[in-house]
Amino acid sequence: MALLETHGLTAFYGDFQALFGVDITLNESETVAVIGANGAGKSTLLRSISGLIRNVPGHIRFDGGEIGALAAPDVLQLGITMVPEGRRLFPSLSVEENLLIGKYGRVGNGAWSLDTIYDLFPVLKEHRHRPGTALSGGQQQMVAIGRALISNPRVLLCDEVSLGLAPVVVRDIYAAFPKIRATGASIVIIEQDIGQALKVADRVYCMMEGRVTLTGAPTTLSREDIHAAYFGAHAR
Amino acid sequence: MSWLDTIIQGILLGGLYALFAAGLSLVFGIMRLVNLAHGDLIVLAAFLVLLLVSALGLNPFAAAAVALPVMFALGWALQFLVLNRTLGNDILPPLLVTFGLSVVIQNGLLEGFSADSRRISVGALETASLKIGPVSIGAMPLLTFLSAVGVIVALNLVFYRTPLGRAFRATSDDSATAGLMGIRAERIFATATGLAMMVVTIAALYLGTRANFDPTMGPARLIYAFEAVIIGGLGSFWGTLAGGIIIGVAQTVGAAINPEWQILAGHIAFLLVLVVRPRGLFPRAVD
Repeated sequence: MALLETHGLTAFYGDFQALFGVDITLNESETVAVIGANGAGKSTLLRSISGLIRNVPGHIRFDGGEIGALAAPDVLQLGITMVPEGRRLFPSLSVEENLLIGKYGRVGNGAWSLDTIYDLFPVLKEHRHRPGTALSGGQQQMVAIGRALISNPRVLLCDEVSLGLAPVVVRDIYAAFPKIRATGASIVIIEQDIGQALKVADRVYCMMEGRVTLTGAPTTLSREDIHAAYFGAHAR
Repeated sequence: MSWLDTIIQGILLGGLYALFAAGLSLVFGIMRLVNLAHGDLIVLAAFLVLLLVSALGLNPFAAAAVALPVMFALGWALQFLVLNRTLGNDILPPLLVTFGLSVVIQNGLLEGFSADSRRISVGALETASLKIGPVSIGAMPLLTFLSAVGVIVALNLVFYRTPLGRAFRATSDDSATAGLMGIRAERIFATATGLAMMVVTIAALYLGTRANFDPTMGPARLIYAFEAVIIGGLGSFWGTLAGGIIIGVAQTVGAAINPEWQILAGHIAFLLVLVVRPRGLFPRAVD
């Protein structure tokens, strides 16, 4: 049985339909990448799973139970945490407080604590008393990831972690994913950076205009298939 | 009365105004809610303390200790069941609802306790004083000021040193993202209002023991509280104490020059600070 799955997931913003019956599955200890261009519906998918958007038509199941009606704090208590797009650090909290707030609603058993997060991103320890939003974009992204990890989630949802960051910084952040995976967490990565996503994912979903257009393991998908699914036309 | 004495009496009076204002500052700092019923809630708490003193024969300080959890529960329920529904992008609903609440509390108290002025007696403490050099300091004004400092220290500790305080600040910054951390904004807001009502109870104890009070005097306390909060900078607890002291000193200095100028001098000091520092003396970096 899949750990997390959506079936026929449909979402609207007013009259605008953002998702058209999206089916995805995430198995235990698996990393899944959802790639697609702007407006493909990737973030809406994560917002629906995390409880930021509730009661959308279709099904969201976690451990076999329906969670589509749950609010974000209830979804967190089940062990699903999210690194939101744009980091969304709390400006009035220091780096360390931003990390600690991540376990306000849930302290699961696992490898992650303040110390192990500082081991994962040593630069954060140096800046732990500074305001979270005073750090560089890459460092802020590390705080956002650490904040999501500190509750020892079973599923980590990452929304556009590379957005707006320099390639060298993105590489540093993606270097952390194998270590996160080694702790047993299952991961969903939403990305526009196809190269980075394919490197860490076991399976890939490509979305376009609210629909899943391609599914498969990165090793089995050709460059042409991905381009066709991503842009809606075969690349030359 | 020497000028030194006048200023010290003003500082001590400022403690009372800071107590009026601290709860207002807490609630505004976290949820940007302007509670127009704040002054009436202080008066309501004073009547609750009076009721406990007269009905159960409790010492006023013990009565206040009993009233603290009652007022916390009242504040929690008021926020959770009523005021949370008014929060949003429009600032008008909370203003209208708390204004209506103010009218309800005043009329409820008039119905229950009549328009007579009341006072809570603390016995010999009312006239006890300390003589320090040329200055004589009343025990109750000193206790009021020390309580105000204690409340400000406690609020700062809660706000900056506890998980609850982190949740307060995170929810104030971004309640949707705070939800992803497991923080339920509606409960955090209710807890904040509950805490504010505990501060209100302490303010009510000193309001009721230092001067007469009646059901209609809430709005005037609200004005002093607002002025102290705005002088200090919205959301700053130490700023609120400074704001209270500025109003208190202005009033005692005004009264020393001409007794008719007491209240006016406090308002003029508020306007002067507003002209020079529109965001208050100690505005929060993040607003």
